[in-house]
Amino acid sequence: MSIKGKVWKYSDDVNTDVIFPGKYTYTITDPKEMALHALEDLDLKFAKEVKKEDIIVAGRNFGCGSSREQAATCLKYAGVGAIVAKSFSRIFFRNAINQGLPLVQCKEAVENISLGEAITIDFEKGELFCKKGVFKFPPLPESVLGILEDGGLIPHIKKILKMEKGE
Amino acid sequence: MGKTFAEKILALKSGKESVVIGEIVTVSPDIVMSHDNTSAIAKKFKQIGIDKVKHPEKIVIPLDHCIPAATEKYAANHKEIREFVQEQKIEYFYDINTGVCHQVLPEKGHIIPGTLILGADSHTTTYGAFGTFSTGIGRSEVASIWATDEIWLRVPETIKINIEGEIPPGIYPKDIILHIIGDLGADGALYRAVEFCGKVIRKMDISGRMTLCNMAVEMGAKIGYIEPDDKTIQWLSLMTNKKYEIIKSDADAEFEKIINYDISDLEPQIACPHTVDNVKPVSRVAGTKINQALIGTCTNGRIEDLKIASEILKGKRISNKVRLLIFPASMEVYTEAMELGILRELVRSGAVIMNPGCGPCLGAHEGALAPGEVCLSTANRNFKGRMGCNEAEVYLASPATVAVSSLYGEITDVRGDLK
Repeated sequence: MSIKGKVWKYSDDVNTDVIFPGKYTYTITDPKEMALHALEDLDLKFAKEVKKEDIIVAGRNFGCGSSREQAATCLKYAGVGAIVAKSFSRIFFRNAINQGLPLVQCKEAVENISLGEAITIDFEKGELFCKKGVFKFPPLPESVLGILEDGGLIPHIKKILKMEKGE
Repeated sequence: MGKTFAEKILALKSGKESVVIGEIVTVSPDIVMSHDNTSAIAKKFKQIGIDKVKHPEKIVIPLDHCIPAATEKYAANHKEIREFVQEQKIEYFYDINTGVCHQVLPEKGHIIPGTLILGADSHTTTYGAFGTFSTGIGRSEVASIWATDEIWLRVPETIKINIEGEIPPGIYPKDIILHIIGDLGADGALYRAVEFCGKVIRKMDISGRMTLCNMAVEMGAKIGYIEPDDKTIQWLSLMTNKKYEIIKSDADAEFEKIINYDISDLEPQIACPHTVDNVKPVSRVAGTKINQALIGTCTNGRIEDLKIASEILKGKRISNKVRLLIFPASMEVYTEAMELGILRELVRSGAVIMNPGCGPCLGAHEGALAPGEVCLSTANRNFKGRMGCNEAEVYLASPATVAVSSLYGEITDVRGDLK
């Protein structure tokens, strides 16, 4: 599994309220509509200009705040291929994986990537290629990779339950 | 070497002799909480392809985020939840006449020490005030637990926060937790279990302990935890007669860090826009004009909080430049505040008493702000756009600071008014 995309770069503590404002949490239920509001209170350009497989690169504690899963859903449906950050907030980390949105935690890479450049991420090898070089990151645990490969937690659980039933 | 609370409870709940930090364990939770997001979770649950939730008795659903429904869309959402609850025979459903989830679960006797509680809400950390392991998860995970009764968790490192000193006048639990978050930062306890202890905690009432654990997540913590004591046992005895076992860290447990605070000289604390860790002492922001003041939410909507506010506002009138909204955290709190005459004093001072619920805290309902307006709130978040308007500003403070500031129409040091 590898992707190549253009970088959107943001700083530390990008919170779930600026990713997907609370006022939409119960009024917008269609993931495609969620995508139209992605990062609305941080960067109005993002939702309009983001392309499929673009990559978000950010500082520490990405996704802090609410447990709202739509923060991951809206980015996924906006086309985001992966998020690279110095660290992730724990609930966002789980939500992103559970939505089939891959994450890379690599402080060094973040410090060496510039806005707008194209980067490539190889998830199995745990390597990130950017203009300034190649950066290694620990690959995700197998159990987590399994959820990503199945496209998220719900399809993953569905598959497991079917296997258990012997279907 | 002894074990921490987090290590002990995750071993217990995963059926293992012992676990180590960093280990991924599969656990079966005691309670799974969801609120207005239940209909979205129910849709995910149906996608899994099974009809019945595995353990309806573990599911607790209070409606609180947008109650009563603000629009047809919210009303339809609530209707779907009521239908799902009936269909799945979920007994512990609390409709719009109950209160905020994090107040309702302890009040209704669902929370006892030594249990594992997961909720589709980041402030699920609140129940750590009763010696539980409680943390927030996402919607897909709740659906998955309903189906399988299982979830994976990583065994966290533990940070011990030791709070000593004498609480000075005008200082409340909210000031203490804001100070700690300001000091450690929004990721200061990322992925960690945080144990609050020390003399100040032992003196603190349950309400204050809930405020601390509620906001532990604002520094990234997985759980907040306070070791149960006589106060906890006494409080719980009024809510439930369930049997429980107290689990606590061993005396020789290994903590990642021990951080000490002496709060004897603490000033009232204010979290300034637009992050919770942007905390300043009141002296640095006093005089900031406010348009709205809010007392309530899962952080500070308890009887103790309303009592403090009414004592400050009694016989006085709030500034005609300020709208003061009061959201009791639950109908229990509302009733008690009524019986004690607290609501009367608040109304006479110019406050508007709202129905128990989350209100405008997350910008989904009631009390919206206009561009350029400033709100001083007892809630737990002040991110840009949090209360519905991305051109408004939100400051966070204790109920006492919010009450006194609503008198003067600007952020005010409560210590000047405590005579």
